[in-house]
Amino acid sequence: MKKFFKTGDLFIWLTGMGLGISLIMISGLLVLILMNGKDYFWASEIVEVIQKDGSKVFGNQISREIVPLLNLPDTLKDKDINRIQLKIGNRDLYGFDFQWIDERDISKVNLPDYAATIERMEFGNFYGQITEILVEGSTTVKGTEAVQIEIDKYVDYANNIRSEIKALEKSDIGRINYNIEELRLEIKNIEYYEKDIKKRSSKIAAIEKQIDDENNKYQTLKVKVDSLTANASRYSINVQDASGRSKIIPLISIVRVYYPNIMSFGSKLVFTLTKIQEFIFDDPRESNTEGGVFPAIFGTVLMVLLMSIVVVPFGVLAALYIREYAKQGVLVRIVRIAVNNLAGVPSIVFGVFGLGFFIYFVGGTIDQLFYPEKLPTPTWGTGGILWASLTLSLLTMPVVIVATEEALAAIPRGVREAAMALGATKWQVVRKIVLPAATPGILTGLILAMARAAGEVAPLMITGVVKLAPSLPFDAYAPFFHLDRKFMHLGFHIYDVGFQSPNVEAAMPMVYTTTLLLILIVVLLNITAMVIRANLRKKYKSSTF
Amino acid sequence: MKEEIMNSSASAEVIDKKKENNDKRKIISKNLNFYYGNVIALKNISMDIPANRVTALIGPSGCGKSTFLRTLNRMNELIDGVRIEGEIIIDGQNIYDPSVDVVELRKRIGMIFQKSNPFPKSVYENVAFGLRIGGFGKKSKSDIDEIVERSLKSAAIWDEVKDRLDESALGLSGGQQQRLCIARALAIEPKIILMDEPASALDPLSTAKIEELIHQLKQNYTIVIVTHNMQQAARVSDMTAFFYLGELIEFDRTTKIFTNPSKKQTEDYVTGRFG
Repeated sequence: MKKFFKTGDLFIWLTGMGLGISLIMISGLLVLILMNGKDYFWASEIVEVIQKDGSKVFGNQISREIVPLLNLPDTLKDKDINRIQLKIGNRDLYGFDFQWIDERDISKVNLPDYAATIERMEFGNFYGQITEILVEGSTTVKGTEAVQIEIDKYVDYANNIRSEIKALEKSDIGRINYNIEELRLEIKNIEYYEKDIKKRSSKIAAIEKQIDDENNKYQTLKVKVDSLTANASRYSINVQDASGRSKIIPLISIVRVYYPNIMSFGSKLVFTLTKIQEFIFDDPRESNTEGGVFPAIFGTVLMVLLMSIVVVPFGVLAALYIREYAKQGVLVRIVRIAVNNLAGVPSIVFGVFGLGFFIYFVGGTIDQLFYPEKLPTPTWGTGGILWASLTLSLLTMPVVIVATEEALAAIPRGVREAAMALGATKWQVVRKIVLPAATPGILTGLILAMARAAGEVAPLMITGVVKLAPSLPFDAYAPFFHLDRKFMHLGFHIYDVGFQSPNVEAAMPMVYTTTLLLILIVVLLNITAMVIRANLRKKYKSSTF
Repeated sequence: MKEEIMNSSASAEVIDKKKENNDKRKIISKNLNFYYGNVIALKNISMDIPANRVTALIGPSGCGKSTFLRTLNRMNELIDGVRIEGEIIIDGQNIYDPSVDVVELRKRIGMIFQKSNPFPKSVYENVAFGLRIGGFGKKSKSDIDEIVERSLKSAAIWDEVKDRLDESALGLSGGQQQRLCIARALAIEPKIILMDEPASALDPLSTAKIEELIHQLKQNYTIVIVTHNMQQAARVSDMTAFFYLGELIEFDRTTKIFTNPSKKQTEDYVTGRFG
């Protein structure tokens, strides 16, 4: 027995077990996310459930479980009774999206060919049978099978009109709104700075005329948009739910229509790809529970990049001073301990600091000095992507400092002495020998910092994240980057969709897919940094880090 | 009148030069004391190191020979809490004078360390480093190329690395790395080369190459070498200084030190009776 302990076999087993458990936990997490998220992308079959009392319902089966004993009468307590959860959609008809049905109540389950899933701009999915297509209220295509053949054409037509309207609203009308806003600010500016009353009123009159011009332009565009809308709203479909209640749905409010029960595996794959594309590149709909997450991806990546731009120079400079220039002693030791402990401060504390210092103090001062005409509406004195990035760079600074210090400490003394003996100044040694050799270590710090920053939510909630940002922090209007704007973030999106949305259960798959996406983005950012680091290592052929 | 002055200053320069040539003493150490904190490491060292000769410093570990070597280019100052008394005069100037720029001083003195320490850069950039950090005027690419090649040839490593100048210097063998470090020191064209046990970490073949190199270099350079290896000291040096417990026991021609030392301690050490 003593010999057994001496060999250390037990310890090897323990270390192996530790690694194994970590791997199982990580892969388990990924599998859980994938399993729960797949519903969002997959064209699930529609079942028609006929109950013993004769009522019928369409829906996607979400899960199946044993009925909790509390819900059963005593006579059935010893038997395993299952129940299924159906997503029945049709929120505007039923008022709820999900329904549990006991299997003992079910008389029959069908997979009808004619059942269609109708994705709508609002009220979620509709499951039903499309009986006719109407143009201006009169039937054009009649009969379920005829509709099945023709429907794609009509939906595409309506979608084209909708994207045309959206394009007009985004670019042309957006430009006009932007111009009007700028002109309004100019008026405020004049009112604030121009003391001469005569000049003031003449200047303001000139600008008001410009505003009128813009308004006229808007009116012509509005007519165009209205006519497009009117054209599109001539088309509608008549849908019946399983029990035969019918509803007229205008085509303009339909995103897509598909018949999952007769789709082949190939076309389901194509469907999945289009859904993924929509998820990544589109704006969210229906209080973020449907559509895409593009603004959140953009906000997350831009914020992490801004954070990196700030945190690397400051972190490296601080580490350089502590390690290379400061006289090593008690004070430096205290500073080092303080920096290490800073990494353990709860992130919300950094958020509060960011709110108080960056937003109220720095932003407020900027507003008073440079934008007094806009007050009391704040420009910089409110949450924005710049302040959020700065707050997060404070949060991640200790990581970068510690990693950089380790890298600096690992550079052999002999190399520094050699450079000194060649007549290099301290700065030249740092600049030409120490920093290049420490770069891979600095990048390790950056990787850790990015992973931390991308996943952080709490400090962002009070420094500029919103659940729905009207515009991206980057657009076509000079100066292109609007770092004072509020932004969306994947981490906050998960919180908002998962716990704050009115229809939490329907949003579940969205939460899981967003989580997966956030993980993918962090991995992608990290891989980029790792590739750069590997190239540097190859260049210097040092295997210190 | 003006010409006369210029002539006279020119002739003064000539006289200075002559004096310098006659005065074969390159480095003069005068009553040098050196302290690490309160511990004295060198006691009252006075010695004159001749120009264009190899001077070996021998002695048991901890005797102060490396410390002495490092006082010659003020590398000891990099350690906190050191103190120095006395003078080191190189080319007629006390290098511990406050007016001396230590960076300029180190550019005139090359140094080779016990452990080869090439920079994590390419072979070429290692040799060019001293030129690039400035103080040698703007040099064109072709000038640098030429100096790099010349230095590598002087260090007898050109043939081995001429095809891999752009590869990392850390990929070279130990002996090659040490010769690369010598080439790097030669590139800034120093007058003095300090070597701190340059061959102690190398195999016999590489050691032989380094010793051969020292022989060639002494034509143009004043070399001071610290070594633990008595045979090496006997082989390569013209003068030998024996240090013991921070004191300079004996300083004389190498042949004399190894055949007929005047001090008992020296004799005991070189014959291997202690140390």
